[in-house]
Amino acid sequence: MLKITDLHASIEDKQILQGINLEVNAGEVHAIMGPNGSGKSTLASVLAGREDYEVTNGSISYFEKDLLEFGPEERAREGIFLAFQYPVEIPGVSTTNFLKTALNQVREYRGEKALDAVSFLKLMKEKMKLVEIDQALLSRSLNEGFSGGEKKRNEIFQMAMLEPKLSILDETDSGLDIDALRIVANGVNTLKSKDNATIVVTHYQRLLDYIVPDFVHVLYQGQIVKSGDKSLALELEEKGYDWIKEEVAAHAL
Amino acid sequence: MSKDDQILEEFTSKEYEHGWSVDFEADEAPPGLNEDIIRFISAKKDEPQWLLDWRLNAFRQWKDMVEPKWPNVTYPSIDYQAIKYYSAPKQQKKPDSLDEVDPELLKTFERLGISLQEQKRLTGVAVDAVIDSVSVATTFKESLSELGIIFCSFSEAVKDHPELVKKYMGSVVPSNDNYYAALNSAVFSDGSFCYIPKGVRCPMELSTYFRINAANTGQFERTLIVAEEGSYVSYLEGCTAPMRDENQLHAAVVEIYAEKDAEVKYSTVQNWYPGDKNGKGGIYNFVTKRGICAGNHSKISWTQVETGSAVTWKYPSCILKGDHSVGEFYSVAVTNNFQQADTGTKMIHIGKNTRSRIVSKGISAGKSQNSYRGQVHVMKRAENARNFSQCDSLLMGDKCGAHTFPYIDVENKTAQVEHEATTSKIGEDQIFYCLQRGLDEESAVALIVNGFAKEVMNKLPMEFAVEAQKLLALTLEGSVG
Repeated sequence: MLKITDLHASIEDKQILQGINLEVNAGEVHAIMGPNGSGKSTLASVLAGREDYEVTNGSISYFEKDLLEFGPEERAREGIFLAFQYPVEIPGVSTTNFLKTALNQVREYRGEKALDAVSFLKLMKEKMKLVEIDQALLSRSLNEGFSGGEKKRNEIFQMAMLEPKLSILDETDSGLDIDALRIVANGVNTLKSKDNATIVVTHYQRLLDYIVPDFVHVLYQGQIVKSGDKSLALELEEKGYDWIKEEVAAHAL
Repeated sequence: MSKDDQILEEFTSKEYEHGWSVDFEADEAPPGLNEDIIRFISAKKDEPQWLLDWRLNAFRQWKDMVEPKWPNVTYPSIDYQAIKYYSAPKQQKKPDSLDEVDPELLKTFERLGISLQEQKRLTGVAVDAVIDSVSVATTFKESLSELGIIFCSFSEAVKDHPELVKKYMGSVVPSNDNYYAALNSAVFSDGSFCYIPKGVRCPMELSTYFRINAANTGQFERTLIVAEEGSYVSYLEGCTAPMRDENQLHAAVVEIYAEKDAEVKYSTVQNWYPGDKNGKGGIYNFVTKRGICAGNHSKISWTQVETGSAVTWKYPSCILKGDHSVGEFYSVAVTNNFQQADTGTKMIHIGKNTRSRIVSKGISAGKSQNSYRGQVHVMKRAENARNFSQCDSLLMGDKCGAHTFPYIDVENKTAQVEHEATTSKIGEDQIFYCLQRGLDEESAVALIVNGFAKEVMNKLPMEFAVEAQKLLALTLEGSVG
């Protein structure tokens, strides 16, 4: 589904990603871990097509297509979803109205008919259960005055509505208490199928107790320096990131 | 240039939709302004002597007045002798029905999306259409008159209801109120007149559609709305103009008189030609709008969506004279490219327990300047007056300006006056968030802007709300940064 080759990216002339290689197949869950400033969120943003980042080298192929040729809205319509670390507030626009506009533009792109109000509400009701989100919250201005937990749940709710092929969760666990974490993880697990894939960007192993990854990658200084299975995450939790840094330093000598 | 700046550019450079003009034969006055021109206008309209005297008096006052320089706008000085003060589409005689109206004129209104023929059949809105300076057709007149409602052109009102015109004209906006009001009082050529008798609730929206067509012509229309005791009316006003390189002057006066328990709702969607991308051309919109809540428990509510004009100078105001009277002002003002708007309101609390509410949403894009200027004045005997003002500004890009000039004068200790103001910028973050969910850039901007203006848009009558929403998006197309 996704193949990242030797990806280099910079922001304002500062090189952040320095040769990422990663392959993600349908049905897989990949966790990207790493210390602060290692480039995790940059990778998520580059995949979603944020303009602030310049791809200086390398390629990303998505379903055999050159992803870098697509603008952010086309990527979204092609099935890439980013759950934001800091979801943005849009005053005066309800989540319902926002999602209806989004979903119908996505459907139009895919050559499907726009959903009428009734079918849309029906779909919404169904997906609301997944993340135990309240109707009242969806009538309020998007993310405005939402608690940290509500924002993150709203992200997963949107993901459920848009049914992406590749979901990227950027630090979705940050700011969540244990109950909210469980709800969010439950939502993600329910949406998982053999046809879609998930990239979980996280700092802590905590989330991975709930969303069990098939692969764990450690990002450091803009490169994936170590890959493994779930046990790698546990090892990191126990020992911290220093031993990885030392390994990289030793390797460089 | 970043991508967002590009979106902003494209969005802002969208062409003005109503920028065509029509050639119908016009009956015109030569350029220039003097007492003879005023006599010419008055004679053209077959006016009684008292009205001519009223005009001449206004003109003499105007000559001693100076153009206001305090607004936060700049434009080259206007040569008042270069403007034509009268232009009317030539018609053999006043039409008795729509079937007799010049087909070219009807086509003009159809292009504007206002089919006068259709209006006859569609219920909901009665229209008075004013082209250049003259009212060309009023629909639904008969069915309204059954209720005693008078809805006609100002000229007809002068002929058919002189006592009403004499009584109320100038009672809210005196002829020497300000420079442009005095000019209007001297040379106004037509406009709309509306009278709702005691206890009558007007069953449909009344609407006036203004269009400037002829070149080098000023448009000076007057609207007078009188709501008798316990009556209600909702009034809509829309305007467009062709694209011309020269600036054109529009100086209107609107007066509203509300008696005891009466309610008047006045909504405007102002879409005069704003000038081109480089600031060439466009309408100078210098308008005086004021209502008086003369009776107890009366209410006047102004709602405006201002997207057009090169320069706007406009402060729809309420004089809250009756006890327990209520004044409201809801405004969305959008400026783009080189547009300048200095707009707001005045709420003058005179009566006891009077209340006013101001919600102003300014949106600036391109290199435009957008100012809110508002005055809340609580007079000595206005016990327990209440005011709430909220002024929010939204900036798009980094070359535009938003300014807020609130004036608060309180002479009574029991008053409660609240003022809230915010300024925000459409963030790249907001746009990116929308794009990531699959929205295109135009929809993203439209969504964010309409969200920002929602509180005001919700106040518009249904017939106007959809049009206004589209207009908002259109005006700002390409404006993010």
